[in-house]
Amino acid sequence: MTDTTLLWTAVYIAMLAAFTGYVVISRVPVILHTPLMSGSNFIHGIVLVGAMIALGLATTPLEQAIGFVAVVLGAANVTGGYVVTERILQMFDRSKKKQEKGGP
Amino acid sequence: MTDLSWVIDPVYIATIFFFIIGLQRMSHPLTARSGIVWAGAAMLIATLVTFLTPGLTNFALMAIGIVIGGGFGYIAAKRVAMTGMPQMVALFNGMGGGAAAGISAVALLGTIDVTSSLAVIGGLIGAVSFAGSIIAFAKLQGWMRPRPVIFAGQQVLNTAVLAIAVITGALIVLNPVRVPSAIALNLPIFFLLSLVFGVLMTLPIGGADMPVVISMYNAFTGLAVALDGFSFATPNYAMVVAGIIVGAAGSLLTINMAKAMNRSLSNVFFGAFGATEEQGVQIPGSMKPVEVDDVAVMLAYAGKVIIAPGYGMAVAQAQQKVKELTDLMESRGITVKFAIHPVAGRMPGHMNVLLAEAGVAYDRLFDRDEINPEFAGTDVVLVIGANDTVNPAAHRERSPLFGMPILDVEQARNVVVLKRGQGKGFAGIENDLFYRDNTRMLYGDAQETVGRLVQALKKL
Repeated sequence: MTDTTLLWTAVYIAMLAAFTGYVVISRVPVILHTPLMSGSNFIHGIVLVGAMIALGLATTPLEQAIGFVAVVLGAANVTGGYVVTERILQMFDRSKKKQEKGGP
Repeated sequence: MTDLSWVIDPVYIATIFFFIIGLQRMSHPLTARSGIVWAGAAMLIATLVTFLTPGLTNFALMAIGIVIGGGFGYIAAKRVAMTGMPQMVALFNGMGGGAAAGISAVALLGTIDVTSSLAVIGGLIGAVSFAGSIIAFAKLQGWMRPRPVIFAGQQVLNTAVLAIAVITGALIVLNPVRVPSAIALNLPIFFLLSLVFGVLMTLPIGGADMPVVISMYNAFTGLAVALDGFSFATPNYAMVVAGIIVGAAGSLLTINMAKAMNRSLSNVFFGAFGATEEQGVQIPGSMKPVEVDDVAVMLAYAGKVIIAPGYGMAVAQAQQKVKELTDLMESRGITVKFAIHPVAGRMPGHMNVLLAEAGVAYDRLFDRDEINPEFAGTDVVLVIGANDTVNPAAHRERSPLFGMPILDVEQARNVVVLKRGQGKGFAGIENDLFYRDNTRMLYGDAQETVGRLVQALKKL
């Protein structure tokens, strides 16, 4: 592909992706704003994939060091984002709450 | 070894599909939990197939990095108390931004064939998001004073720092032959200035505005990830699409939050909200303290009670006691409702999360617009640790809060404000409500006070 085709492909993708993000969020009730912010925080954890590629292609020690730090940060973003979202959403699970209430 | 790299793109496409499904499920209360599981599974396979990318080395470092980062993220997120969730989102978001900046740095150092303009913009946004989120984290965690930090010439300095960062970035892009010495000089300056700008940009923003800020940096990180993904010689479309979805969703969420406070984004970022005091306004009346027993009597003879919780409830961990009080009042035939201001707490829906944790049913929770007409017919409003969101000063034109939609609790017959002391709210503004004739102040730790209220009400 030439650079121009690539550019236009990117613009198409960007437009559709932006629209998707907008539509998905626009119907969200206020009570789910926190979990959703946390959930989207988890989803940009895909940065880990990019960090892995950057580290994988790094050659000099400096590049390797920065790439390594990026992988560490990206991995923390992914797992932390997941666990936080999971914990927040757990509280919305009413069936589980009822079970807990059955206890002493 | 057989070349399995052909699976990468199909898997990335599936990943994006499941991200969207996951987000969609997360936007309905009943399916929300399965949403994060879908997205999580997709993330796991996307990470695994990335190991198959042709030409990669340093696999051991990669694995160690994932274990260290993943381990830290897991432990930190598991250990933090529910009240600390907002700053955890800020922290992990900052780390994502830092990772994006790191990718740009490696890319710009020259080995990888990249579209350098995109890598530079991605690096700038990622670094700003990293530094800004860390400051937001420090302010919410109490490592830094949450009040806005302002000084003379602040905006001039901020603009200058950003301008020099952009110029340095442009020099990196315009360096066609990639002279190593020029890169070596410009690159550290570029990233340093970007980080400094992130710090400077966040310092003047007060704690009350942190939800908006965290949400905006969330969108920033998404955008940085997308730019980085596209800057690779073989663009990583999983990063591009996921990043842009987060960028768009995060922007919309940010705008909605700012709207809930009736403030423009530029006001949030340049207004240094809460740093200035309204001058020369004498609030008529006085603060009238009240005892637990009197409040218990008030509640016992009420027909309808509305509870307006705020960040103070979260800090005091009072939600469980509030739930007890609610059950007790309902068993006595009192109608109990919760009035949830969209920006109560430190994140939109923060109160909903805490009350849900304590077991309060959703159908008791009401939005500001739903509940506002009901205050006039309410016997008692219990304001638990809320301040700015119930401040009628918002109706007064000269107040810095002017125009912010509030819970009109002052229209109720009686208002009882549970508060730790006589201090001001997060915005640092005096609250007119506390001086009203129908308002009584019940001082003390919210958890303890509500507990004593429960005991007192049981005896009646």
